[in-house]
Amino acid sequence: MSEQTAVQEQQVASKTVKFEIQRQDTPDSKPYWESFSIPYRPNMNVISALMEIRRNPVNADGKKTTPVNWDMNCLEEVCGACSMVINGRPRQSCTALVDQLTQPIRLEPMRTFPVVRDLVVDREFMFDSLKRIKAWIPIDGTYDLGEGPRMPERKRQWTYELSKCMTCGVCLEACPNVNDKSNFIGPALLSQVRLFNAHPTGAMNKDERLQTIMSDGGIGECGNSQNCVVACPKGIPLTTSIAAMNRATTVQMFKNFFGSDHMVD
Amino acid sequence: MSRESDFYLRRLHSLLGVIPVGLFVTQHLVVNHFATRGEEAFNTASNFMGNLPFVLFLEWFIIYIPLMFHAFYGVYIAFTAKNNVKRYGTFRNWMFLLQRVTGVFLVIFIAWHIYETRIQKALGAEVDFDMMANILSNPFMLAFYIVGVLSATFHLANGLWSFAVTWGIAQSPNSQKIVSYITILAFLVLSVIGVQALLAFVV
Ligand code: SF4
Ligand code: FES
Repeated sequence: MSEQTAVQEQQVASKTVKFEIQRQDTPDSKPYWESFSIPYRPNMNVISALMEIRRNPVNADGKKTTPVNWDMNCLEEVCGACSMVINGRPRQSCTALVDQLTQPIRLEPMRTFPVVRDLVVDREFMFDSLKRIKAWIPIDGTYDLGEGPRMPERKRQWTYELSKCMTCGVCLEACPNVNDKSNFIGPALLSQVRLFNAHPTGAMNKDERLQTIMSDGGIGECGNSQNCVVACPKGIPLTTSIAAMNRATTVQMFKNFFGSDHMVD
Repeated sequence: MSRESDFYLRRLHSLLGVIPVGLFVTQHLVVNHFATRGEEAFNTASNFMGNLPFVLFLEWFIIYIPLMFHAFYGVYIAFTAKNNVKRYGTFRNWMFLLQRVTGVFLVIFIAWHIYETRIQKALGAEVDFDMMANILSNPFMLAFYIVGVLSATFHLANGLWSFAVTWGIAQSPNSQKIVSYITILAFLVLSVIGVQALLAFVV
């Protein structure tokens, strides 16, 4: 019995995991591929494999190389920092289990965003867009504004689903209309407009948010390929949000066109 | 490229695709169907359409101007996408790609079709059953026209679906699915009408 386990352990120890990683040394340099073969451990994920490469930066040819750079933070799929393209699909590397991936495991940065180095990308575009759409609930005044309006519990429940977005950028990477020829802010941001407009206090600025997505790079750029909803790791109903915002902007457009002296609603 | 007016241009593009262009295409295919009742029936119908009062005005404002805007802005939309059906081979992503492929093909097909019929008429030719029978007697042209008609019916049907989503009519996944079924049905019906008419010229 114990002999068998020893044999098994031996097998495990000799087993390796193959990686092909697209690397890039500086934001402007040419990307190149490098292969790695690292010792297998049970329950490995892509991040622990990357940590192994960092510990011992030797590529598959046995040559010493620079450690691969990547980004990470929470390690439990809530921050979005570790997103990359794994075997052709954008997703979080902290929840990408090696046992569930076909080898060689191909890692690429999400090229929809500017690459900083190797697998690290700069998602600044999304954070700037969050500012553009005023993705917050304004509660500050020059005096105590008191309590806001009550939010119905059942509404809170569905908006909670929208609030799970971690600005990871996977839906932008999946969208055919987010690329260097367009400046579409992307599905996540449209869903955020729905989230903040659904909040009773947030709704006090809803026309401003709608106006923003009716301008440059806004909801008009959506072409309904509906990849976003398939790609989102948080299961956010992005296409429903987009259609809802389509309806809201339709109403807003008619209000603007036929003239209304009402702001907000 | 980016402009503040993009939102309105996109909405106009979606609207014009249905009214008037979509309506015109449907009407055109239905009138063509007279060909299945024989040469005389087709010629009467085509004469009626070609001699409507204010026909030039109608042609320009119901067909050419909206169609040209829809076509040229559509080509711009088609070429700003970076298609990725390899990565996401879902039904909707394929529809997204096919909408753009058929759209670009239709620009070529319709330009050729207008040259062969309307412009020839302006140059003095008679647009009638014989003219079409003549064109379609060439098997290559028959195939070209069949693909053209199918592209048009597909582009129209799928465009109706995106119209429903773009204007916020169909919102929930369920309603979008039902609209999908309805537009698939519209595609099938219009395709049968269109192809039957084409085949009526060759037998
Ligand atoms: S909507 Fe989903 S895929 Fe898009 S950024 Fe948010 S969590 Fe990521
Ligand atoms: S490290 Fe936060 S999502 Fe992976």
